[in-house]
Formats: sequence, structure tokens, C-alpha cells
Amino acid sequence: MLTETAGSGRVEAEERRKVRRSWLLSAPALTVLFMAASGPLLIVLVYSFLEPAEYGGVVWKFSDEAWFKVVFQRDIFDGTLSFADAHLMILWRSVRIAFLTTLTTLAFGFPTAYFIATRPASDRNIWLFLITIPFWTNLLIRTFAILEVIRNEGIINTGLKLAGIIDQPIQMLYSDFAIMVGMTYVYLPLMVLPLYASMERLDFRLVEAAYDLYASRLAVLRRIIVPLVKPGIVAGSILVFVPALGAYVTPRVLGGGKNMMLGNLIELQFGAGRNWSLGAALSITLLAIVMIVLLFYVRAVQRASEARQ
Amino acid sequence: MQALDDVSVTIRENEFFTLLGPSGCGKTTLLRLIAGFDQPTRGTILLQGQDISHLPPYQRSVNTVFQSYALFPHMTVAENIGFGLEMLGKPKSEVRETADRMLKLVRMEELRDRRTDQISGGQQQRVALARALAPRPKVLLLDEPLSALDYKLRKEMQIELKRLQSETGITFIFVTHDQEEALTMSDRIAVMHAGKVLQIGSPREIYDHPADRFVADFIGDTNFLMAEVLASDGRQVRLRLASGPEIAVELPENRSASGRVTVAIRPEHARLAPDGAALNGTLENIVYLGTDTHYHVRLDGGEAFVVRNQNRRDSTEALQAGAPVGIAFEPDSVQVLRD
Amino acid sequence: MALFGQRRPFSIRRLPGFTMIAITCFVLLYTPIVTLVVYSFNAGKYIAIWEGFSLQWYVAAWNNAAVQDATIRSLVLAALASLFATTLATMAALGTTRVKPFRGLTAIYAMINQPLMVPEIVTAVALLILFAVIKVATGVQGLYYLVAAHTAFCIPFAYLPIRARLEGMDLTLETAAADLYATPWQTFRRVTLPLLFPGILAGAMLAFVISLDDVVITEFVKSAGQETLPTYMLGQLRRVITPEINAISTALLAISIIVVSLFFVITRKPS
Repeated sequence: MLTETAGSGRVEAEERRKVRRSWLLSAPALTVLFMAASGPLLIVLVYSFLEPAEYGGVVWKFSDEAWFKVVFQRDIFDGTLSFADAHLMILWRSVRIAFLTTLTTLAFGFPTAYFIATRPASDRNIWLFLITIPFWTNLLIRTFAILEVIRNEGIINTGLKLAGIIDQPIQMLYSDFAIMVGMTYVYLPLMVLPLYASMERLDFRLVEAAYDLYASRLAVLRRIIVPLVKPGIVAGSILVFVPALGAYVTPRVLGGGKNMMLGNLIELQFGAGRNWSLGAALSITLLAIVMIVLLFYVRAVQRASEARQ
Repeated sequence: MQALDDVSVTIRENEFFTLLGPSGCGKTTLLRLIAGFDQPTRGTILLQGQDISHLPPYQRSVNTVFQSYALFPHMTVAENIGFGLEMLGKPKSEVRETADRMLKLVRMEELRDRRTDQISGGQQQRVALARALAPRPKVLLLDEPLSALDYKLRKEMQIELKRLQSETGITFIFVTHDQEEALTMSDRIAVMHAGKVLQIGSPREIYDHPADRFVADFIGDTNFLMAEVLASDGRQVRLRLASGPEIAVELPENRSASGRVTVAIRPEHARLAPDGAALNGTLENIVYLGTDTHYHVRLDGGEAFVVRNQNRRDSTEALQAGAPVGIAFEPDSVQVLRD
Repeated sequence: MALFGQRRPFSIRRLPGFTMIAITCFVLLYTPIVTLVVYSFNAGKYIAIWEGFSLQWYVAAWNNAAVQDATIRSLVLAALASLFATTLATMAALGTTRVKPFRGLTAIYAMINQPLMVPEIVTAVALLILFAVIKVATGVQGLYYLVAAHTAFCIPFAYLPIRARLEGMDLTLETAAADLYATPWQTFRRVTLPLLFPGILAGAMLAFVISLDDVVITEFVKSAGQETLPTYMLGQLRRVITPEINAISTALLAISIIVVSLFFVITRKPS
């Protein structure tokens, strides 16, 4: 008996040693991440409750003015309150564009992922590679590539003009449409990859069984394939929606100055706007929306895995 | 490569029909053609006189019980069973009633709202059956549905399947590589090999009168002997076995024989006989199998021959390996095989 | 009618229109990139009008002092950031893979993956504020800030392939080494590390590409005169665009594709 307790004591000590080793090995990475990624977010939160200084920066004095300004604006002359239309418009545009981008990437990505998943196993990696290459190439370059296509002097307009279909170029650039086209282009691989991952695991014997039970192609798609690859649809939608909501480069390049999204509005406060507190408050707002979406995702994943047990 | 070659099978209504053969013989291909998952390059498939060869599976009144069951994991047991009727656009009440009736038929009422991954393999098998039967197809296809079950459950399901078939009156086409399963359940069996149908007949016909060497060998145990046709008169034939004696046998209908042929004799149709033996040889080995004993005999001509004897309480034969023995059989137990 | 109305044979896997959309998708995915590359060889001054083949824009970019400067900075930054990030990520992967779950493990995962979840613009703003404070307080200038920022957001990208490699590794090999009198350090040096090396290399490559491509965080963190290639290009896009940008993009594209292809070769499962 005595030796056994001593033994289990040793086992416990060994366990503790292993856990300490894990922490020690992770510590340097965690330190860097805390200093240059997570920690600064706390400073942003603090700044959102301070008064903006005149030429950028803050004055160390508590103020909820920045948060107030996210939603409301005060008339300069008579001080009456109204909703901050500009901010709310941009917030609404960001959500709408991000949502529509998610839908269009899904509309294109779903058939594409299905196509790849139904190729012979030996060909799939090649198709997958073709999807992945743009994913790993510079986002700015891909946005620039779209810019060249839809510019007034771009490929489409020049082509149409040469073909004699139009005299005046169709203005596509600097619009919400341009932003959406660009973001769909840029984020498509993020939709295809998780979709493919779940479609690759799809058991086609179930599809066979559904056809056998009189399901039409549409019914097979709606009742069998979509429910079975739902984890991929959710994951892909999150992966597209989150960066699309906080997009900065694509709206800046394709949207011009007028068609701002939340990311550009934040940048504006730290640049020409010189209201760091408001910028901080807007950043926290964006972060909060993203976190809510991610929480929803985590909940959905947990529910799915619980149901499986 | 052809998976099927010149296959012509007519299956009767309300029949329990079995496609029997080793893996790769084309039986699953044939099943998939009937179900509509694959298309024939040539030839037609008729269902009650109507050509269905090029109809997609969802337009054929044919349902399948899959080897893997292929139950929809995101639906309950009842939803799985009702799926086919739902797809046929039947009203909700009818779908529910039929699903409940099917659950009762396969004795699974209490599991109606379970998810399909929460039930055992045998239960999944029943759900798969109920799901395929629910739309009342004209033909039910069963693709080795019992192969994933353990021995006892398999025996139970064999009886269950037979019961379901007679209760529903639906034509069953059953695919298996298990000859015992085929013999116990089928009204008729088609034995397949290398993309061809070798013989179609009732279990008795197939067993007692195998048409060729493959069928005789695949189903049950058989002794093969070489023989020469001495004279033939219609279906009456005189043969001389390579190991000696001359015998007279009757051929099955539409069959003739000449020259050198192979004949088959089932081990249980022969017996060891001290006198009046047709064949003589030396006892090489005695294998005791509980219900039976197998006597392995080396014939004087060099061929091997096995005799099977059912063991009785009073059987006290004290034969020893190495002893000379004689083998006797009735002439009608000799089957002349097709070349 | 029989000629055109002939039905395609039924196939379980085919869904009508899907192949069309998929092919369209691939075409649309590559048309802009190919166009961009093609026009980098344009002899003319404009992007949409082809005036013959020429390498003049590559020459122009090569001789552009600002481009040279930005290129060197981008490469140095990517090399340093991927080196640091890979080292840190390797240690973290060794600490968090193949261990019994302990309290805090999930927190470590969350922390490591955090840069993937927080919108870049928010991190960029946060770093802008933090580094402004530090710069005022210490007076230190230089590339340190960019290196630190890039290292941080490269860690999760380096971590993923290393961890995947570790998880797929055969534990018995290390046990065998220990059985053959190797000390834990010798086991690590002679068995674990060589086996892990492809994962580390893959992680370093991803980190390198990610650092090389970053725009947003760099744009906010850089001091005046610290342009990298992407931020230089972003600035140029506001002006009249000449095919010089195409030439720079094509070069950057080539680097990314080469590195990513190597990454694929390294991480491909032997089949």
C-alpha cells in the first residue's frame, strides 16, 4: 500500500513537471503574442474611454464621448442630438457588403468545391492547388488585378469599346459593386477550402440511397448534400465574413474615398480625422461584432459535436 | 473490360430471386443496372414490360437495401423511413402513417425518433429494410444486406426477410456470395461467374443438378470424375468412368453429351460399401465433423473422392486410414456437367 | 430530336450546372492574374492597350531606388519575422502537442491563434497606439517595431504545419531512441528534430509569404520612410498606374508561388 501511494505521488510530480514544461516552451511565443497582438487590444479599449488630443493621440482624461459619437452626433450650432448617419451608414454598408460577399462566394464556391470533390482522387490535389495559389498570393496584388479589369480604361471597358458595344466606359470602379466583386474574388478560396474539406468526406452512398428513394437532383442537393456539408458551409461563411467585415485594402483600392467600410473609417480617425478615441471605439465595435460571430460559430460547432455523442 | 456479358434473366413477380456468385462476378453490377445507378452499354432492362434502361434511379419503382445501409445520419429513424414517400410527394399524414406501419413491420416502434447512429447494426439493417419497403416498390434490391451482421443475427434476419417478402408480396432480388444464404431463402437462384449467368433454377435444381463444373464446385462440396460417353440415346447415356465401371445416367432436359465429359457426385450421395461397390480405393483420411464424418478416399485410378456419412448414435464403424474401401452410389446421383 | 434530345447517362455525382460554374470560377480566378502578368510585359505606357512585348517596366522597377529600398526591406523583414516566428512556434508546438490536456491548454491555443481571429485593422490600430507610446517614451526608432509586429502575426501560420507534423509523428521512434540509451536531449536532437524538420521548413515558408504579403499592419506600424513593397504599391495605386506596378506585382507573385509550391511539395503526404 505504502509503495503504491508513493508511486502515485511520483506520477503526479511527473505530470506537474510535464505541464510546467508545456508552459515554459510556450512562454516565449505567448509573450510576443501578448506584447504585439493581444495586449495592445487592451490599450485600444482604454483609449476609447479617453479624450482625443487635438493633433492625434489622447489626453489622459476619462470620457465616454467617443462611444457616444459612434452612434450619435451633436449639431455644431444648436447642440441637438441625432444619429450619426455617416457612421451607421458605413457600419450598415460593411455588414451588408460582408454578408453579400459571403453569399456570392458561397454561390460560386459551393459548386466549385463540389466539382473538386467529385474529381478522381488523383486529380483533386491539382484542382486544390489551383484554388490555393491565389489564396497565398498577395491580397493587394489580387485586388490590383481586379482594379485593372474593371477600371474605366480596364480590360472590360476597352474590350467593349473596341467591340463597338459602348462609346462611354461603364463606371464600375469606386462603387459598392466594385468592392463586392473584389472581395468575392479575394476571399473565394477561403470559402472553397473548408467546403471542400467537408465534401471530400461526403459519403456518396447516401446520395445514391436518396436517388433510389425517388429524390430529384434538387431534392438530393437540398435534403442530403447541403445538410451533410453544413459544417463546411458554416466554417467557410465565417472565414469569409470575418475578414470581409474588417476589410481595409480592398475597399480602399476599389471603393475610392467615398465608399468606405468600417476599416477605412477607423483608419480615417487615426489619419486625417485625428480622433484616436473615436477610432479606438470603432475598433472595439468591429472587434465585438467579430467576436459575437465567432462565438456563434463555436456554439454551433459544439452543438454539432454534442449531437453526435 | 466488360463487367457483364450476355446476361439474360427473367424474374417473376412476387419471387425471392437470388444472384449468387463470388465477389467480382458481376452480381453487384447487375443490381446497380437494375437500380439505375449505372447504365448498360447495350441491352435493355424491362420492368413489367416497360423499358427502364435509361430512366434515372428516382423514376424507377425499384428500391435498394444497401450493403452499408446508407442511412441518412442527419435524420431520425422515422424520417429515414418516410423519405421515399416524401420525395414521391405523398401528404404528410400518409408519410407518417406508412412510416409507423413500417416500423411495426420490422418491430422497431420504440426507436422511431432515434438518430440512426444511435442504434445497433441489426437495428440499422431493419431501418434500411423498412425505408426501402415503405414506398412499396415493384422490386426490392438487396445488396449483401446481411454481410455485416454476426452469425446469429444473420440467421434471424434470413427468416425475417423471408417473412417480409411473403407479407408484402414484393419481388425481392437478393445479392449474396453466401451459398447457404441463397439456398435457404430463395425461390430461384442465378449463379453468376465472370460476368455470365451460368445457371438459373430453384435451390434444389441448382444443388442436385448443377449445370457445370463452376456451379457444382461453388455450391456445396462435390467429387469430380472424368468419364467417357459410350453411347447415347436421347437423354439416356451410357458412360464409362475413368476409374472403371460403366453406368447409365439420364441427362437433364435439352442437354446432350458425347466424348469425354466430367461428372459430379455429391459426397453425401455416396456411401462406403464393402461389396457391390462401383469404385474402389484406399481410405486416406477420416475427418470427424460432429454431425458428419468425411472419408477421404484415393481411388485406384488416382483421383480423390470424398464420402460424407451422417453420424448416428449407433455408428461404430472402426475403419482405419490405409484400409481398402469400396464406394457405392445410385446412378441418378451422377450429374453430367456441361463442358 | 433524338439527335439533340439524347440524355446524358445518369451519374450519381453530377449536379447540373455545377461543372460549368466551377470552370467559370477557375477562369475568373486566373483571368485577372494572368492579365496582370501579361501587361507587365507591355511596351506601352497604359495597361489596357497592348503595344508589343518589352521588359522595360522590369528594368524601370529594377532601377527605381524606392523599389530597391522597399524590396530589400521587405525581404529582410520577412526573413527576420519568419525566423523568429518559426523558432517560437516550434517551441510552442513542442509544448502543446502530444501532451495530456491540462488547465490552460485551450487558453494557449486561443492565444496562439488570436491573430487569425482579430481583424487586421484592429491589430494594426492597437500596435499603432502601443508603438507610438513606446517611441515617445524611449526614443527608439528602427525596424524593430515592424519585426515584432510581423513576428506576432506570423506565429500561428508557422505553428499550424509544425503541429500537424508533430501530431503525425510516430511516438515509438522516440521511445526506441530512449531505449537505445539516448538522453532526452540526444533524442530530441537526433530523432525528433530531424523528423520535425519538414514541418518547421513548411512553417517558415508560410510565415515568410505571410510577412511578405502584409499590407495593413505594416501600413500602420511603419515610420516615415519604412516602405515595404506592398505599402509602396498601395501608395502608387493612388497615382497614374503604369505597368511598372504590374512588373513589381509579377515578381512578388512569382516569389509567393515558388515558395507555396515548395510548401506543397514538402507537406504532401507520401502516397
